[in-house]
Amino acid sequence: MPKRYVGQAMKRKEDPRLVSGTSTYVDDVVLPGMLHMAVARSIHGHARIKGIDTSRAQRLPGVVAVVTGEEVAAHCGPLPCAASIPNMKNAQRQLLAVGKVRFVGEPVAAVVATDKYIARDAADLIEIDYEPLPAVVNPEKAMEPNSPRLYDEFSDNIAFNFGFESGNTEEAFKKADVIVKERFVNQRLAPLSMEPRGVVATYQMPDNELVVWASTQVPHLLRTQLAVMLNVPENRTRVIAPEVGGGFGAKIDVYAEDGLVGYLAKKTGRPVKWIENRRENIAATIHGRDQIDDVELALKKDGTILGMRVKAIADLGAFYSLFTPMIPTLTGLLAPGCYKVPALKFDLVGVLTNKMATDAYRGAGRPEATYMIERIMDVAARKLEMDPAEIRRKNFPQPDEFPFQTSGGVVYDSANYEAALDRALQLADYKALRRKQAELRSQGKYMGIGLSSYVEICAMGPSAAMPGGGWETGSVRIERTGKVTILTGASPHGQGQETTFAQIAADEFGLEPDDVVTIHGDTARIPSGIGTFGSRATAVGGTAMYFAVQDLKEKMKKIAAHLLETTPDKIEFGVGKLVVKGDSGRFMSFTDVVDVAYNAVKLPPGVEPGLDATRFFEPSNFTFPFGTHVCVVEIDEETGEPKITKYVAVDDCGNVINPLLVEGQVHGGLVQGIGQALHEEVVYDENGQLLTGTLMDYAVPRAHDFPEFELDRTITPSPVNPLGVKGVGEAGTIGSTPAVVNAVVDALSPFGITHIDMPLRSEKIWKILKGRKAS
Amino acid sequence: MHVKININGKLYEKDVEPRLLLAHFIREVAALTGTHIGCETSICGACTVLSNGLAVKSCTMFAVQADGADIVTIEGMAKDGQLHPLQESFWEEHGLQCGYCTPGMILCSHQLLSRNASPSEREIRDALDGNLCRCTGYQNIVKAVQSAAGKLKRTTRVAAGD
Repeated sequence: MPKRYVGQAMKRKEDPRLVSGTSTYVDDVVLPGMLHMAVARSIHGHARIKGIDTSRAQRLPGVVAVVTGEEVAAHCGPLPCAASIPNMKNAQRQLLAVGKVRFVGEPVAAVVATDKYIARDAADLIEIDYEPLPAVVNPEKAMEPNSPRLYDEFSDNIAFNFGFESGNTEEAFKKADVIVKERFVNQRLAPLSMEPRGVVATYQMPDNELVVWASTQVPHLLRTQLAVMLNVPENRTRVIAPEVGGGFGAKIDVYAEDGLVGYLAKKTGRPVKWIENRRENIAATIHGRDQIDDVELALKKDGTILGMRVKAIADLGAFYSLFTPMIPTLTGLLAPGCYKVPALKFDLVGVLTNKMATDAYRGAGRPEATYMIERIMDVAARKLEMDPAEIRRKNFPQPDEFPFQTSGGVVYDSANYEAALDRALQLADYKALRRKQAELRSQGKYMGIGLSSYVEICAMGPSAAMPGGGWETGSVRIERTGKVTILTGASPHGQGQETTFAQIAADEFGLEPDDVVTIHGDTARIPSGIGTFGSRATAVGGTAMYFAVQDLKEKMKKIAAHLLETTPDKIEFGVGKLVVKGDSGRFMSFTDVVDVAYNAVKLPPGVEPGLDATRFFEPSNFTFPFGTHVCVVEIDEETGEPKITKYVAVDDCGNVINPLLVEGQVHGGLVQGIGQALHEEVVYDENGQLLTGTLMDYAVPRAHDFPEFELDRTITPSPVNPLGVKGVGEAGTIGSTPAVVNAVVDALSPFGITHIDMPLRSEKIWKILKGRKAS
Repeated sequence: MHVKININGKLYEKDVEPRLLLAHFIREVAALTGTHIGCETSICGACTVLSNGLAVKSCTMFAVQADGADIVTIEGMAKDGQLHPLQESFWEEHGLQCGYCTPGMILCSHQLLSRNASPSEREIRDALDGNLCRCTGYQNIVKAVQSAAGKLKRTTRVAAGD
């Protein structure tokens, strides 16, 4: 049966409720007798807590309970960290600070009251007596022996060392005609989903039943962790992720407030709600990036790469959140990018500082890798006087070399890097752009062209590489009326799997997408699951669902064959029916077969009643999407503003289920990646004070910052899953940041500029334009 | 303080604290939860509603300031079960992903189209400067507003008998 829906730009099934304001986010959950929680947080980057006086808060009418660190630590476990690196220090945090605070925004006390305004007032009445301590926010200073130490029990702030070498880098660098080196800094970013975090919990005695509504990407994972943290039986714990207003990685984590709301619901016997405000979101929701990479690349004079050495410093912040230590190690896996790098040495040190913890933010360790390899390729091209496109082309593995074992230690599944590069150059009209650039330069105007050829790691992932498991589940049930219900362990929050899964299932069963409903985000309805992150929802969750669909198709074929007096291998699915191959007059309608399955009278021997299947899919490998982006910037001479005048993105995410949604993911990713290049940065001062704590100070990209993006795709199916999909959630973010920086550096190269650190704000560029003369 | 606020054609009356935010009045007194709160400082625009026809950020306006006002929220956009052309176009053009900013985007776009029936791409991007979206990269939001502008012009022409 030809595909009728997969590949079509279908409107989303999710949207009617979202455009009409009828969807339910966590803050829309209201329960009888519900209390509201507010949190008193550290105002210091580093301080000893000498005492906490909650008496004024307790006396405020409407306040039901006030809790502090000692009480909560006696009843609840610490924040979980699922990642582990050999010999790492165990920087665990309690839900509320005990003894010491280590970053601005760290929860110190919590209050619940009958009204959220009263709760906030009460939190402000809690008096915390601090003895401020010297803070350290610069990871290099934090490694020095005389640095202030975050943890009294540790000898220093070095959380771990990690590294590997593949090939012989020493020999590669000895043989090199040219060695280029540069320091690249990925500044600290705030994920900043438009919906802040939020939690509602109820605790029912005597059954010890905990029900939690949370704005999370990982309801099942959160359920397990909350059950452990709060000492509640997991099979009495239910987590519901209702509508989730964006996550970008930050809602994978298990947070102090999740546990506190559960604990306070248990303590007070009443439902408790907490909704994060934006200041809290920027201070106390995980941050991303914050990595320094000293990179050296050894090349032959024809541009062939011989080897690469990376010394990485990851600023982890003050404690470990769920995956904190693991994230920067992903940079090592992807360090070679889409090039043949025969020898690679990667050394990473993770450092504790007085800042919020870092963790997975859109791309999570891979943007850092792509940024450094794509920047150093441009530095090398300039040194060798090669065109940036040609040095890239020279080092690509060819399509027949896949699966391709890299020196980063992973096996790239499939690719044709050159095809994506060629298409991007063609779409951008690269040669004409270079001519225009030369012309503008002769007029004293500064235009730059930046390329980025990227590969990234998606469909996370094989369980061997994923703390807590990398599988996903899919359950498919055909109801008695012939309607199809899909239960997915993935927990999409804007990606649109309610639509794409319906497209896949409708094609397989010969039904309409409207006949299919996809349920996600409720541990009481979905038997098991991991969640949505690392571009895994379709590639891993969709594949689990696909296999469950195949199980039901096989069963339905058996039933139809029995009644049509043939064998199952002779039955195929048509639109709305099961047909005997080559004999279109002999068929049963889809619903008639469903009837037989449930009425269970005419079933073939050995076939159980019902149509319900669950599959766990364990991927054999990651998938590796790729592409090339071309960015054109013009620098405003008066203000230094780098204006993006053209942006071309050619991405290959394997087979495409819904091009509308794929393009949407790329658009959004581009804006976040460009946001890092040009605008965004979480800044702490030397005392650990957060200087970018509101949206006035933290620059989220706006509509007017961008031209219309020009998108195209090449399609190289992944062999890792039967759908041939790779994932597209992070591609835009990963590919775009270096393309923009390469463009700005290219524009400023007449000034002798070879590198500028992000974010490339006007002020930085203006200073360059004022301080130097173009050659 | 006693306030009377008309929201989507229905009158809501209540004694409220002077500090109660309009956004909270809409969400909790009127129980219209389509209006979202994203920053509480007027910057993100998720809470945008129309107050007497003007797009306002309801998270930084007190309910008492809206006493006597006519408010339109996202729930008031569809008429007789028919989505407003802006809602339809956001759906058709994939102008939303997580949907959290969408009500504010639609109401802000409504103000733009009421002032400028044929905005250019640049004018749309500038008009939406007070509304942040972290998912869509804005491109399909711009397309959605352009598409809605076309639909509204056609409706106006039909209504005028052209």
